[in-house]
Amino acid sequence: GKEPPRHTVNVKDVTYICPFMGMIRGTLTVTNYRLFFKRVEKDSAFVLDVPLGVISRIEKAGGALSRGEVSYVLVCKDIRNLKFAHKQDTQGRTSVFETVMKLAFPVSHNLQVFAYEYGQIYPENGWKVYDPSAEYKRMGLPNESWRMTRINEHYELCDTYPVMLLVPANIPDEDLKRVATFRAKNRIPVLSWIHPESQATVVRCSQPMVGANGKRSKDDEKYLQAIMDANAQSHKLFIFDARPSVNAVANKTKGGGFESEDAYQNAELVFLDIHNIHVMRESLRKLKEVVYPNIEESHWLSNLESTHWLEHIKLILAGALRIADKVESGKTSVVIHCSDGWDRTAQLTSLAMLMLDGHYRTVRGFQVLIEKEWLTFGHRFQMRIGHGDKNHSDADRSPVFLQFIDCVWQLTRQFPAAFEFNEFFLITILDHLYSCLFGTFLCNRAAKEDRFLWSYINSHLEEFLNPLYVNYSHHVLYPVVSMRHLELWVGYYIRWNPRMRLQEPIHHCYKELLLKRAELKKKVEELQRELISRSASSSSERAASPTRSVTPVQTFV
Amino acid sequence: MLSLGSGGGKAAKPSFISYVTPEEIKIKDGEISRKQKQPDLQPGEVIFCSAYPVLKCEGPQRGVYGTLCCTNFKISFISEESLSEETAPPLSNKLLGENDIALSCVDQIYGVRDEKKKLIIGGQVKNKYPPKLLIYCKDFRVFQFCLSYAKEEEAKKIFQGIVHHSLEPKSLKCAFAFSYCEEVLSPEVSKKIPATVMFESKDNWKLELNRTRSSCKVAHVNENYVVSERLPQYFAVPFAVSDEDIRKFKGQGVPLWCWSHSNGSALFKMSALPNVQDDGTSQVYQMFVDRMTNAVCQNQMYPVKTQDFSSGFLPLADLQQSYNKFKQFFLIDNTAEFWLSDVKWFSSIENTGWLEKIQECLNKATEIVLSLEEENSCVLMIEDCSDLCCLFSSLVQVMLDPYYRTTPGFQSLIQKEWVVGGHSFLDRCNHLYQKEKESQSPLFLLFLECVWQLLQQHAPAFQFSETYLTVVSDSVHIPLFSTFLFNSQHQRDTATKLEYPDSQRHSLMIPSVWDWSLQFDWKVQALFTNPLYVEKPKQDKALRKPYRPKHQRQFSLPNSSSKPSPRKSFFKEETDNLKKMLSGMRIGKWINATEMQLSATRQFYESWQRKPLDYHGLILPCLDGPAIKIWLQRYLRWIPEAQIFGGGSVLTMKKVSDLAAEIEDLKNEMEKMAHNMHAGNTKKLFFSSFHAPTRLSSSFPFASLRTWSTRPVIPTSIVQSLGSVSNLAEKEDEDTEGVEVF
Repeated sequence: GKEPPRHTVNVKDVTYICPFMGMIRGTLTVTNYRLFFKRVEKDSAFVLDVPLGVISRIEKAGGALSRGEVSYVLVCKDIRNLKFAHKQDTQGRTSVFETVMKLAFPVSHNLQVFAYEYGQIYPENGWKVYDPSAEYKRMGLPNESWRMTRINEHYELCDTYPVMLLVPANIPDEDLKRVATFRAKNRIPVLSWIHPESQATVVRCSQPMVGANGKRSKDDEKYLQAIMDANAQSHKLFIFDARPSVNAVANKTKGGGFESEDAYQNAELVFLDIHNIHVMRESLRKLKEVVYPNIEESHWLSNLESTHWLEHIKLILAGALRIADKVESGKTSVVIHCSDGWDRTAQLTSLAMLMLDGHYRTVRGFQVLIEKEWLTFGHRFQMRIGHGDKNHSDADRSPVFLQFIDCVWQLTRQFPAAFEFNEFFLITILDHLYSCLFGTFLCNRAAKEDRFLWSYINSHLEEFLNPLYVNYSHHVLYPVVSMRHLELWVGYYIRWNPRMRLQEPIHHCYKELLLKRAELKKKVEELQRELISRSASSSSERAASPTRSVTPVQTFV
Repeated sequence: MLSLGSGGGKAAKPSFISYVTPEEIKIKDGEISRKQKQPDLQPGEVIFCSAYPVLKCEGPQRGVYGTLCCTNFKISFISEESLSEETAPPLSNKLLGENDIALSCVDQIYGVRDEKKKLIIGGQVKNKYPPKLLIYCKDFRVFQFCLSYAKEEEAKKIFQGIVHHSLEPKSLKCAFAFSYCEEVLSPEVSKKIPATVMFESKDNWKLELNRTRSSCKVAHVNENYVVSERLPQYFAVPFAVSDEDIRKFKGQGVPLWCWSHSNGSALFKMSALPNVQDDGTSQVYQMFVDRMTNAVCQNQMYPVKTQDFSSGFLPLADLQQSYNKFKQFFLIDNTAEFWLSDVKWFSSIENTGWLEKIQECLNKATEIVLSLEEENSCVLMIEDCSDLCCLFSSLVQVMLDPYYRTTPGFQSLIQKEWVVGGHSFLDRCNHLYQKEKESQSPLFLLFLECVWQLLQQHAPAFQFSETYLTVVSDSVHIPLFSTFLFNSQHQRDTATKLEYPDSQRHSLMIPSVWDWSLQFDWKVQALFTNPLYVEKPKQDKALRKPYRPKHQRQFSLPNSSSKPSPRKSFFKEETDNLKKMLSGMRIGKWINATEMQLSATRQFYESWQRKPLDYHGLILPCLDGPAIKIWLQRYLRWIPEAQIFGGGSVLTMKKVSDLAAEIEDLKNEMEKMAHNMHAGNTKKLFFSSFHAPTRLSSSFPFASLRTWSTRPVIPTSIVQSLGSVSNLAEKEDEDTEGVEVF
């Protein structure tokens, strides 16, 4: 049963000041889930339908249109601002936007986020999307080198890790506890992915607690050696530290740091130079300035460059590419960490796994990937997005997940037939990252929250499929991480600008062709049946049938 | 250690690992002649000089030995390795192989000595030769030849030969087309190229006038170029223009018809009359100009707008300069350079100004389209009715007329506006390597660039593919085709006239580039078709497209008699409404005044965009920064670092193409069964016929598979420029005390 969203406010004669179309008069309705604006004129179909969750902050704008009008700017997380104006209520009651403020930031007002009130039932059960043991089984795990441990069954080893962990077979649970003390937030190295042939593995963790004095841990060293030994093909281990080396060094003063090559023999440490959450947040802020509402007539490219957004995307992709290359071509196991191992590490492991394993390029596989590398391994969605929290300047907010999806989009651009899902799928995930309609991305670690986003998507699968998809699951994708091939994702960042709504004719054309083919196949089959029945009845008739000259047929419809 | 007889310039130790290690080459005279292979020669082609063994470097770790030679047509490297079918590039050219460079395709040559690159300038070459030669081509291939294994004498000769024949001025008669045509007596070519209208006869012009329902007339006063050498023999002018008018100023000041809109307005171009001080003359000029303007008005019954390009809009020298800077970013000979230029990529590209030129150009063309849509006839005017007139008249027609977006239509358009229209290809492309390069300018390329932008924004509107456009741009530098070789029709006719005509022929028949079979066999030509093209729906109801085009040009057949009254233009109303809407709006502080001051072309685009899209009607380009892109296929196809192995947009095209072929098969089968007979082979070929490469790369169909490695390209120098954010960068990222809400 669906619980209808409660009508909370309904105001007539509100002006929406659209940066593209000018002023639009209409009616504003606000519920506990969304903000709904409809133009007054009957013939126009203009509608704004915005989940309150996308609102980052609400500002009272200065300078009224005319006397007695108040105006507000809704600054949104999805790269747009909405400006409204309406007559000041003469009775001096609270403005509609003060109500919006309350509903948009329920957390700050001790209210519940909408997803907890939402009761839509879908034919597909999103909870069934990710079954860790099935996923490990798909990879042939556990095996003789890797065992499954239940040490974290009640989150007592690490409260940001999943229950089920894959660790080297010869390391007992007792040792794991000691290793945990040497890793930030107890996030010990555990297996994320194993190569089906070479047995090279992708292992993730947090930084070692080396500190200013260069502390060592025999257990940790032994543990990494065991990871290396689990892969007979190579006598080397690559440790990828996602951070710039400067930052990794700076972390030593706070007790953190990185593995010294003296302590970890046969290990090679590589810094991937990916910047921290604050740099990324700033970069996105600049990007919004450049693309919204209008794009400056000139200097587009240098303006884009000044945001550094694509440079960051390039670095993340380059890091994932180096990891995928080491695992695939070098047959070497890799250990990946940043500081806590839940932001950049998640980006790198999931992207490398997308490159390496075709399963993750399917709709369901991608859902598994997000479940596994992001949700169960404790990416701090609530902290990074700030659902329902009015504290918009919170330094913990950062577009880490957005960057990941952007990187995936870049991959789909370079390999248009390698992914089962389309651009709309990625945009839908991002929209519901903020919408608070589904509980999927609401918390800081996977717990009791719902998986209705996957239920929703899997119940409307047709819309999210890429018609060009060819299952080349056995191919490793090596993207070209040069600026020459990286592009700003116009379909996401500039989608509010109607001028940039360029046609996506290829998918459209392709779908039409698919329909045509299906139709023709049917006709051919019908004709075949007819022919068979006819030839059975008489064979002499056929010789007498008139021959017609063949007219050239048209290929496209 | 390797010893190669006498001589200096030898590398004692090669700095790369090659297939054949230097120790393996034992050079004896007899062996050389045995191993030395001859290049495939075209009729009329002669070898000037050659050298063996020369090493062609392919990346830092690879190389192939072979013979380097220079002919009157090309620089050719003949590899010792025999090329197998599989490794040959899919788009193989019959005239020029993978390792052949047409002489006029050479862009720059560098000598490399001790890792230092030095630009070689024609005419300044002395006795010395560099051990390594770097040849940058106009089609963006980069060759590296190591000369230090060849005999000193041969190496010197080949170096000097290459420099002389590709970097020094020559006469028109030296263009290879002449030697070729003397050998090939009657090329079946150029007689008839299916469906492409050459605009060399009166009938061609008449048909075109009929097709667009124009009331202009064909002028033949310039037969045998008696009036002007700049003008073609036949062209169209407004009805009221008399032969006397054309003779008066040798065709200057006369509006030459380009195209007529279905709404009755028309596009003309005109050479401006010279500026004069003398009052008497200027008065005569003024009267003439008025007369001509009236002639246009009378003809079209609509007001006339004149676009004068004489006032320094898009100066030719700027274009050249901008393109010179731009192309340098794609002529890359090593990996380090590739990643170094990647660091400030966007601003570097912006600073060249080339994309901005494309944008300006499309914007101007949109303006002209707007005028025509608003029922103003347009006259494009410049000094000699060439250059920018050609550019804009052709671009406007591509946007307005779906016929010009078909392959034959596009070729006819280039004939009409550029070739017969008198674009100075010889000077603008600098085919003869003239020292004074002021006249050089990439105008035709700019046209192709603009068409490419339209193609990538509205793919289903074009019958041809981007590969076709790339091949056209490459063909400009093959000096075998009359199409891009001359400054005017007159020059062509004069140059090809035989001094001693024999019974068989009076003049040389230089082939036209549109006879693609000279360069490519039919299978390769299939790559020129755009599988996304939506053909104009035929009357057959069963096959009709579901959508109903609202803004469709209905061209009657040439002999159709009824002439419907010009329709009211479609967009007029629309823009008027928009203007009303904008003026009626209260503009407060909400909307920046500048934000609302939309330019006319912007408004036009927006109103066009709101209409249902019709690929057989008008198409307009989006001009915002993110919509203007780099023609990656043309510029990146030879750079190994930039190849997406198993990816690229070509994959999409292949999929669509495969599906189209499948549908075609089904249709054939149906036809066969329906008529119970064998259907004729109506199968259309797309590039689905290329089955060989199981995994394509983004460089398909240009670069061959052989040069690819299966390892990814890892960026080497990711020098970051994030200085401004350093304070943030130092901040600790993960807040341990984050408040968990749930």
